[in-house]
Formats: sequence, structure tokens, C-alpha cells
Amino acid sequence: MPSPDGTLHAITANRLRDGVVVFLGAAGAWVESFADAALLTEAEATTALAAAKAQAERDQFGVDLYAFEVESENGAALPVKMRERIRTLGPSVRLDLGKQAAA
Amino acid sequence: MNHIAPGARAGIYHYDEIDRRFVGERVEQFRRQVERRLSGELTEEEFKPIRLMNGLYLQLHAYMLRIAVPYGVMSAVQLRKLAEIGRTYDKGYGHFTTRQNLQYNWIKLEDTPAILNALADVDMHALQTSGNCVRNVTTDQFVGAAKDEVVDGRVYAEILRQWTSLHPEFTYLPRKFKIAISGAASDRAAVRVHDVGLLARRNEAGEAGFTFYVGGGLGRSPFIGKLVREWVAEEDFVAYLEAILRVYNQYGRRDNIYKARIKILVHELGLEKFKAEVEEEFARLRGPKYRLDPAIVAEIRTHFAPPPFEDLPETSSALERAKAENPAFANWVAVNVAEHKAPGYAIATISLKPPGGIPGDASCDQMDVIADLAEQYSFGELRVSHVQNIVLAHVKQDELYALWQKLDAVNLGTANAGLIGDIIACPGLDYCALANARAIPLAQAISARFADPLRQRTIGELGIKISGCINACGHHHVAAIGILGVDKKGTEFYQITVGGDPTLTTAIGDILGPAVTEHEAVDAIEAIVEVYLANRTGESERFLDTLARVGHGPFKERIYAAD
Repeated sequence: MPSPDGTLHAITANRLRDGVVVFLGAAGAWVESFADAALLTEAEATTALAAAKAQAERDQFGVDLYAFEVESENGAALPVKMRERIRTLGPSVRLDLGKQAAA
Repeated sequence: MNHIAPGARAGIYHYDEIDRRFVGERVEQFRRQVERRLSGELTEEEFKPIRLMNGLYLQLHAYMLRIAVPYGVMSAVQLRKLAEIGRTYDKGYGHFTTRQNLQYNWIKLEDTPAILNALADVDMHALQTSGNCVRNVTTDQFVGAAKDEVVDGRVYAEILRQWTSLHPEFTYLPRKFKIAISGAASDRAAVRVHDVGLLARRNEAGEAGFTFYVGGGLGRSPFIGKLVREWVAEEDFVAYLEAILRVYNQYGRRDNIYKARIKILVHELGLEKFKAEVEEEFARLRGPKYRLDPAIVAEIRTHFAPPPFEDLPETSSALERAKAENPAFANWVAVNVAEHKAPGYAIATISLKPPGGIPGDASCDQMDVIADLAEQYSFGELRVSHVQNIVLAHVKQDELYALWQKLDAVNLGTANAGLIGDIIACPGLDYCALANARAIPLAQAISARFADPLRQRTIGELGIKISGCINACGHHHVAAIGILGVDKKGTEFYQITVGGDPTLTTAIGDILGPAVTEHEAVDAIEAIVEVYLANRTGESERFLDTLARVGHGPFKERIYAAD
């Protein structure tokens, strides 16, 4: 369910071992592709982020966890801010690198 | 350890057993710390300051490892090792920075100890590239070669490296601390925008000494370094710096990161009070313990002895013939080659700014080529400049044409050193976790717009510098045309400044007007250039001179007329 203003959220982190950008997936598992990220209301994101932070530290899995806003564009989910758009894809100046390279 | 020392190259400091043991111990210490982090014995909160002390940041896509290139000077062997590391542990390239260092952008934490081991094999490390310590000391990229050089800054930069590396008082400063040294008539090291800027000089007796500027810096609050002492004798060099750092350590603010740099302390304390505090501390320190022994200076100077130059005529007929036959080469010589102190030699700048390219990036294949060319043409030694280029400092004029041909074959023959295409750009939002906007795409678009070499020559000396946030790693404050990326409600905008100057006539640029969009920015830069060309009195009047004469009015009018 989206927030009252319609904004959805996703949760991201860097994997501790290799720094790779990951997203919290639907079943609480971490996924590498933003397409597989869980889209949450603001309240859901707050709860999920707190739980994910505690779990990630226990498992030594991820660092720098935070939630970010997502909007819908032509039916597809898209991070609202450029920072997360670049995180989900890779450098805009090197399309051969990052997640966009594997797409 | 499978040690591969750089060898008896020109201008490279050779580690002794103490250096080697120290670096080896730090690598082993960090290997254990990484193991403890991965096993959960250390929390991220505990581990973060440790990894930063080893040059390891966490950025947008992965870990970033910043490698120290002491005073920007390294050997071909070392560069080849950097290329090997880039291929093995990163994605086949590296980024040369405005601090004369090299960054890898795609590092895995679990690989870092192995990388640091590989670096140690060639007397390199990532220490003092992060954290609140004295950072890697920077200097003139033409050091030891420039015709206008008075004192060789490498000697004193190396003394500072040794003095600061394990200094217990300087590991937890209020904030990072950057020192730059220039020993030439022209300042190519931007000394007055560093925490401490040093001009190495000689007195009438020919003795080396230093003019100290303190409290310069860019970032959120830009300041030009203030003259604190006109002359500090060589023997007092360490004592005086130690006095400055002690005053900073005692009075510098630790409660507010935005007010923690020494520039704020000097500003808030007032110059006279700050000088008095330093002089008082200096008087306490001065004495045998802190005296810089001439024997130590002499020993370190032996590491930087001139390479075995041949006895050559002042000019080269082979060079003149090649220039006459190849206009593109002649243009490269006119733009990228500087005078050398030794007859028959020249200093060649290898631009890492091809039109449309990413400033400061070099592929590992290019690094290998540069390493080969450094061995073939420049005694196996090269430099990283703070404007993100590479310099081969000791090339025979007779061999410049062969060098250029080989550079050109791998897209490294661009002739734009000091011209509008020679843009400084920080990694910006494409890589950096602190950035608010991208810097690289704008640099690419501007350099592509001004790709024509003749147009660049016509425009003349004009530096553009771009930062993706107010931390100003792209030095935009001291650019003739500076560009600062800002975020306005999720959209990238670019604030343009004009009139900045990184040389001894240091100036902070003025904001020209409201920020423009990414789409408008390149046209705005072109408009500024057109106004300059239309208003200058002749080709010898630089952009900064025209700006000083006509003021901001004509530039503002042209860019914002439609608003």
C-alpha cells in the first residue's frame, strides 16, 4: 500500500563483503536488482528498515542501510532521486559498468 | 614478501627497511581487522574509522580505495602495478584525483588486504588518504625539472611524509589536514588553498627556507591562505609546522565538522592571535630535538638526485623538423610541453582529458603504455598533477615526436593542457556518496563542445573546474570558470562562478547568477567564452584579465538576459 500521498519506498544497502548495492526484497531477502525490491509504504518502510538494520548487523551482511522514495513512471517503479537512480543502474557515464551492464 | 622495489630511478624515494617493515605491519594489521569485521567481532561503527585510515571508503556502487602517490611522483614499476591491481580487483581503470592520488571505484572489502599487499610490494600504500590526519603532501608536478624551480619540493614533502606517518599527535586531528609545497617561481600546486601552503625559497646566501601560508581551503567556506611567516629557515621547518599543528590540535573545533578545519580557526581566532600562538609554541619547540639536521636533508636529497642527463644542445633540430612537418604535433608541443632546466630536455604533459572523455580516468591498458613510455623516454618516472593529468618530466626534445605518436595511438595525445578542455571534475554523483549532482557528464559535454584544437588555442588559458557538491573536490572556487552542482528538489542545477585563480594571485570566484539546468550549462559556458572573446583587447589578454577590466556585467547580461 502506498503512503497517503502515493509515495512508495524501497530499502537499500551495500553488501558488507563486496560493497555491491542490494535492495530488500519481497520476502525479506536481499536482492541485487531493483526490479525485485519490495515497494513499501512509509510506515512499512520504517518498520522494515529497523528490522533489516538489526538483522544485517547480526549477519554481517549489509552496511549503510536506508529507505528511499520510489515513484511510478509509465507503470514501472523508479527511484525519485538521481542518487538512487544511479545506484540502481551504475554510473551514467559508463553504461558498461554496474547493474546496467548486466541488464 | 615478494618485494619489487622501484629500482634506482630518477626522483623516486626508495624505501629502507624501516619504511618497508612499517607498511608491512600496517597491511597485516588491516588484514586482521577486515577478518574481525567479516566475522562480526567488529561492528561497522567500530570498523569504519579503521577502514578510512586505510583509504577505504564506501561509495555509491561499492568500496572505493584511494592509493597514496606521495607528492604525485611514482615509478613506471609502480604504475604498472596499479594497472595490474585495476585489472585484477577492479574494472580495468583508475581515476587520478586532484590530490595527486589514484582511486579505484569497484573494490571488494574482502580483497583489500591482498591489494594492500600488492601495493606494498612496490613501496606503496593507502595510508593518509583519508581520516583526520595529515594527508598526502602535494607539490608541483614539474618538481625537479622546471626551469623556474628554486628549491626541490620533493625533498621536504618526503620529510613531511616520514614526520607525519606515525606521529602520535597528528592521528586524531580535529579534521583532515592538507599541505602543499611549491619551490618554483610559478605556483602549480595551488598552495594558498591548502591548510598549510609552503613556498620553498632561497635567501641571499643560497640557503633554503619557507614562506608559510595557513588557513587556506575550499569547500563550504572557501578561504585564501594567510601569510603567517615570510621566512622559516630549513632547520626550523619541522618545528614550525609542528607548532602550527599543535595550535590547531589544541584550539581547533571538534564539536562541529563544518567549523573544524584550520581555516575556520585562523578566521575566528584572528590572524595576529593565531600567529602569536604559533610563535609561542615554536619558541617552546625550537631546539636540538626539533632541528632538521642538514645531514638528514642531504640523505633524503640523494633520493632525488637528477637523472643522468646527456649533454645536449639547448634546442633540437629534430624537434623543429617534426613540428614543421606535423601541425598536430606542433600544436601539442606548444600546449603540452614545458621548458626543462636541463638543456635539450623538455617536460611533457599527458592529458587525461580527451574531448568527451572522463577527466582523470585512465584504463589499465593506458597505464601500461604510460609506464612503458616513462621507462623509454623519462628515466622510468612520472607524476600525477593536481589537475588530473600525467607528466613525463625528463624527455629529450629529440624524442618528443616519437613519444607523441605513441601517446596519440592510445588516445593520450590530446593537446589541451591549461586550455578550456583541460577540465578538472570530481567523480560527482556518478560515483560519490557525498555528491549532490553529477560533474563528469558536464565536463564531457563542455570538452566535446570545445574539442577543436584551434578554437582552444584561440581562447587561450582558461581553466574550468567542476564540483558535484560544496566539498569542492573539483576546486571550482578557484577556477576561471567554476561550476558547482546543486540539487534542487531532485533536479540537478549548476551554479557558475567566474574569476577564481589557483596561482599565487589566488582568488575565489564570484557567483555569476542563478544556477542553470544541465541542459543550459554548456550554452552558458559558451556564452561566457564568446563575451570574453568579443571584449578582450587582444590574444594576450587572458580571460581573468578581461573579466577584471570589464566586470561581471557583460557576462551576466548575456546569460541571464532572457530571464
